[in-house]
Amino acid sequence: MATVDLKDVKKVYPSGIEAVKGVSIAIPDKELCVLVGPSGCGKSTLLRMIAGLETISAGTVAIDGKVVNAIGPTERDIAMVFQNYALYPHMKVYDNMAYGLRNRGTPKDEIDSRVRSTAKVLELSALLDRRPRELSGGQRQRVAMGRAIVRNPKVFLFDEPLSNLDAKLRGQMRVEIKNLQRKLGVTSVYVTHDQLEAMTLADILVVMNAGLVEQTGAPLDIYEKPASTFVASFIGAPPMNLLALTGSSSGPILADGTAIDFAAPETQAATLGFRPEDADVTFNAEALPGALVLPATVEAVEPVGAESFLHCAAGGSRIVVRVSGRANAKPGDQLRVVAKAEKLHWFDQAGKRVD
Amino acid sequence: MAPQLAITLVFFYWPAGQALYQSMLRQDPFGLRTKFVWFANFRKVLADPAYLNSIKVTVVFSLATAIVAMGVALLLAVMAEKAMRGKGLYRTLLIWPYAVAPAIAGMLWLFLFNPSIGSLAYLLRSLGIAWDPLLNGTHAMILLVSAAAWKQISYNFLFFVAGLQAVPKTLIEAAAMDGAGETKRFWTIVFPLLAPTTFFLLVVNTVYALFDTFGIVHAVTGGGPGKTTETLVYKVYNDGFVNLILGDSAAQSVILMVIVIALTAIQFRYVERKVHYG
Repeated sequence: MATVDLKDVKKVYPSGIEAVKGVSIAIPDKELCVLVGPSGCGKSTLLRMIAGLETISAGTVAIDGKVVNAIGPTERDIAMVFQNYALYPHMKVYDNMAYGLRNRGTPKDEIDSRVRSTAKVLELSALLDRRPRELSGGQRQRVAMGRAIVRNPKVFLFDEPLSNLDAKLRGQMRVEIKNLQRKLGVTSVYVTHDQLEAMTLADILVVMNAGLVEQTGAPLDIYEKPASTFVASFIGAPPMNLLALTGSSSGPILADGTAIDFAAPETQAATLGFRPEDADVTFNAEALPGALVLPATVEAVEPVGAESFLHCAAGGSRIVVRVSGRANAKPGDQLRVVAKAEKLHWFDQAGKRVD
Repeated sequence: MAPQLAITLVFFYWPAGQALYQSMLRQDPFGLRTKFVWFANFRKVLADPAYLNSIKVTVVFSLATAIVAMGVALLLAVMAEKAMRGKGLYRTLLIWPYAVAPAIAGMLWLFLFNPSIGSLAYLLRSLGIAWDPLLNGTHAMILLVSAAAWKQISYNFLFFVAGLQAVPKTLIEAAAMDGAGETKRFWTIVFPLLAPTTFFLLVVNTVYALFDTFGIVHAVTGGGPGKTTETLVYKVYNDGFVNLILGDSAAQSVILMVIVIALTAIQFRYVERKVHYG
């Protein structure tokens, strides 16, 4: 239905604060793009600029190839799901959903059939005569979705739509949103600070930090090859273990003085990283050539059921190792953390990935 | 006994009872002889064409004052919300008239629109309007409504500004994305959500127009010309304290009390039902 193209978009507030410092993203038709980042990274501002709720200081936003910088939110043909749902409290669910269609002069019988069929899809048929305050959080969320879907817009925008729901409902709605979006085939932009939501929903994942894009790509590509230490520590739960390196004539040394017995890909590597699931622990003392071996002290054990997380002190940092099932270690144990060389990530002084 | 109950008893029930008692007495102008006449005063008052005229005047005056005061205040509040710069100054200036005493406000308007010396009256005449509130009853009523409404606009403005600020911004944004233009957003989203404020102000303004405008009527028109601006409250005063027909005056105040109780009951019963509180 529509592509969304951002070209070098900037947002500078009158106070001089630069919220978005030049972002370019191309979202192909029918794909779901997730903007993820910590609070204050500019992701919501960017979304609001696509919506037309914020002016664009520089750069262009194009929908379906047409630059919409000068077009107001009323004419952009975009629907948005807000974090607090923003349902009209004085209208029944039916009228909430019909409002946008009425404003566009859709014939009455068409409004009725569209509202009812959308309500059916979202299992809202029994709630059409209720007011928003008579609904649960999950139901309100559905109505907000319904209000967006019923209009059949060019683009959907989601502004942290699930953050007001409890964890279980959030998981359910995540799957539903993904299915709906795929079924309807509407290009979507989704903002969240939850990396799990970002990973599971995205066709294109955009990791933002301090007003800039850190990395863009398919979620698993980003997971496997984070472009920077920021991305590495933001994507994945628990995040990637990062160990600071100091160089010496004989090769890289960890902050606590542990020597690494194989060479880094580049001499200027400043940080070494590995994912908690790419490491294992051993109590044995045998030599393990071609692997990173770190003497470690267990500080805490978190059993989650199917897996356990061992929090250890090693190489001058705190690291986390994921082991499946029950862990046979307890706090205070001395052991060795082993990570395969091909699973290691290297970053330079600026935090950029080196391969 | 709770102190508030004691206060209500002393300051409301006792005088109200006295009024009720006096409304059934007939007294000579010097207070020498008093006769208990049951409901004769009420019959007399309700059959009096001057009293019926006063009811009509009061309805016109109260409705016009409430509508003008609330309408103008809402318009100003919406504009204050949109103002980018000088919001604080704009608000402060608009709140000032509230600090002016009713009689002074009345005098102000009286001088401004006095047919012989009023500067605005001069302006009106130079525009070809035969402005004469001293002889023309309609002109007198317009002047009175303007003065009474002007006094109340500040109060309404404050409440409307607060009410507008309480409307969540995301609702307006959602409506904008739903294709509603600015006017449509106001009437379909903002105005319905202001309903609690509007309802509250409707009660306050009606009560204000009915009872608190004595000072303005007294200063601006004194009920004239003829009896064209004599409201119920003003007639109670006129008959009781000027003409010294105390029984009639007491009967009128009892009727007034019944009207207020009825009005308040109707407002809460029927209007509040259609009001949405969040």
